[in-house]
Amino acid sequence: MRRYTALVALAVVFVAPLLWALGTSFKSKSEATRVPPTPWPAEPAADAYGRLFEGTTQTPVLRWFLNSLIAATGHMLLVLAVSSLAAYALARLEFRGKRLMFGVIVGTLLVPGFVFLIPQFLIIDQLGWLDSLTALIVPGAAGAFGVFFLRQFFLGLPRELDEAALMEGANHWHIFLRVTLPLSKPALATLAVLSFMSNWNDFIWPVFVIFSPDYFTLPPGLSILQGAYTIDYPVIMAGAVLASVPVLILFALTQRYVIEGISRSGLKG
Amino acid sequence: MATLTVTTARKAGSGALTWSGRATPYLFMAPYLVLFGVFVLAPAVFGIWVSLHDWDYMLEGKPFVGLENYSALFDPASAVYDDFWMSMRATGIFTLFSVPFLVVLPLGVALLLNRRFRGRTFFRGLFFAPYVLGVAVVCLMWRLLLDPNLGLVDWLLGTDIAWTTSLPWAWVALVGVTVWWTLGFNGVIYLAGMQDIPRELYDAAKVDGAGRWAEFRHVTLPGLRPVALFVVTTTILASANMFGQSYLLTKGAPGGETRTAIVYMLDMGLNQYKMGSASAMSYVLTLALIVISLLNFRLFRGRS
Repeated sequence: MRRYTALVALAVVFVAPLLWALGTSFKSKSEATRVPPTPWPAEPAADAYGRLFEGTTQTPVLRWFLNSLIAATGHMLLVLAVSSLAAYALARLEFRGKRLMFGVIVGTLLVPGFVFLIPQFLIIDQLGWLDSLTALIVPGAAGAFGVFFLRQFFLGLPRELDEAALMEGANHWHIFLRVTLPLSKPALATLAVLSFMSNWNDFIWPVFVIFSPDYFTLPPGLSILQGAYTIDYPVIMAGAVLASVPVLILFALTQRYVIEGISRSGLKG
Repeated sequence: MATLTVTTARKAGSGALTWSGRATPYLFMAPYLVLFGVFVLAPAVFGIWVSLHDWDYMLEGKPFVGLENYSALFDPASAVYDDFWMSMRATGIFTLFSVPFLVVLPLGVALLLNRRFRGRTFFRGLFFAPYVLGVAVVCLMWRLLLDPNLGLVDWLLGTDIAWTTSLPWAWVALVGVTVWWTLGFNGVIYLAGMQDIPRELYDAAKVDGAGRWAEFRHVTLPGLRPVALFVVTTTILASANMFGQSYLLTKGAPGGETRTAIVYMLDMGLNQYKMGSASAMSYVLTLALIVISLLNFRLFRGRS
């Protein structure tokens, strides 16, 4: 019983801020600036969402939502494709330079990401990708986590099936597509969710490589929103709700995968 | 580098590219290696090159200056010295105060969730939920929550503290919000570590008549050592890498006191376009982090 008391108290601390933000997005403009604040909207109304979606040329919120969706989906697919191919080679094939490649790839996991930001910016500029969704989709897929994560999983798969398929004259491409990938659905789902979420939430990169309102995603968009609607708190909170509901729903549906993936990332250490 | 691999792979495959020849492994590796070469390896090398130049993005000339960008960081007379070290101090303060909370509190939460009981998965998901939100959402929410007039926090506490604009409260806000946001992550890692401790050890402790506390001291804690090393190391790195909260929640207020090294560095490099100096800063900071990580390993090794 004591355990439940502690857990419920803690749960309140965790959930109350989220609920208050949600509540604020359903308040009227005047109620949101009332002192003292009201814990919950007196007359809940969705006006703020109307104002949010109307948008302006400076704050095309629906466009941001769409950009976030395109960028996160594109990034996710690219990560799955390139990481699974490389992980298969590292886990199942023998070739010269394999150990060195794997060492270098894993080594980059230990280097903090900010070191790469400025030279990456210059390279993106050379490629002519500044201020485009390509800049939000492609560079992040070079991260080492996906390759490392899938390689660990592939190593744990039984080899008998591969060998049986090889006997029957299948080549590695077939085995990869028809044996390894189908057996790896849980790991692929985990990586898909984690890469989608990290791209959806990314703030630091889009803030620096995107300049036009039309190419913003939601996280940097929220900063613009805050500047444009300085004291219209219901609209700002509605924006925060819009940016968080998709990932919260995704998390609720795939909780087991996400937590499993995070746990395993810690146990490799 | 990546392109090189592809061409040699083509040669090895002797013309025809098959899915079972000697080229196969390289073909599997190629797409990732191209990305890795262009967006990870090239920047790593190129960044060093940039740091050796007076690299102003907006100017044509980018003269070679050797180690001047580095020496300026350690020269009290230079233009960047004061701001750079103030930002390093801010990163230090934040790391010093956030790490203990982020190492100890999640352990408590993991202990609460470690037994099988009804609703365990639900609570675990609930404590993890804030972590799936982005820093932009979290900071926007908390800026309003912490507003001295309109915010819920001051109203509940019956205070009128300017949480995001005055010291020491800005630090309390930064640490508090970060703990709320990321506690679930370390909690989940501890929990996974606890599940891996062999049951026999607990059974043996029971036979020896160990109480709950003794069980925790002599079975759980020692069993968590490798996981704790991982948690401490990654948390220090994450805290030293803090950017979003400083940029969005306190905006460096008051007077740049809470502006972290990463915020300062990126502002120098990507807003003021002084990329040479900013690159030098990034390597100095990385070196500091590597030293701290190594000390960490020695500390944990030395105790086992």
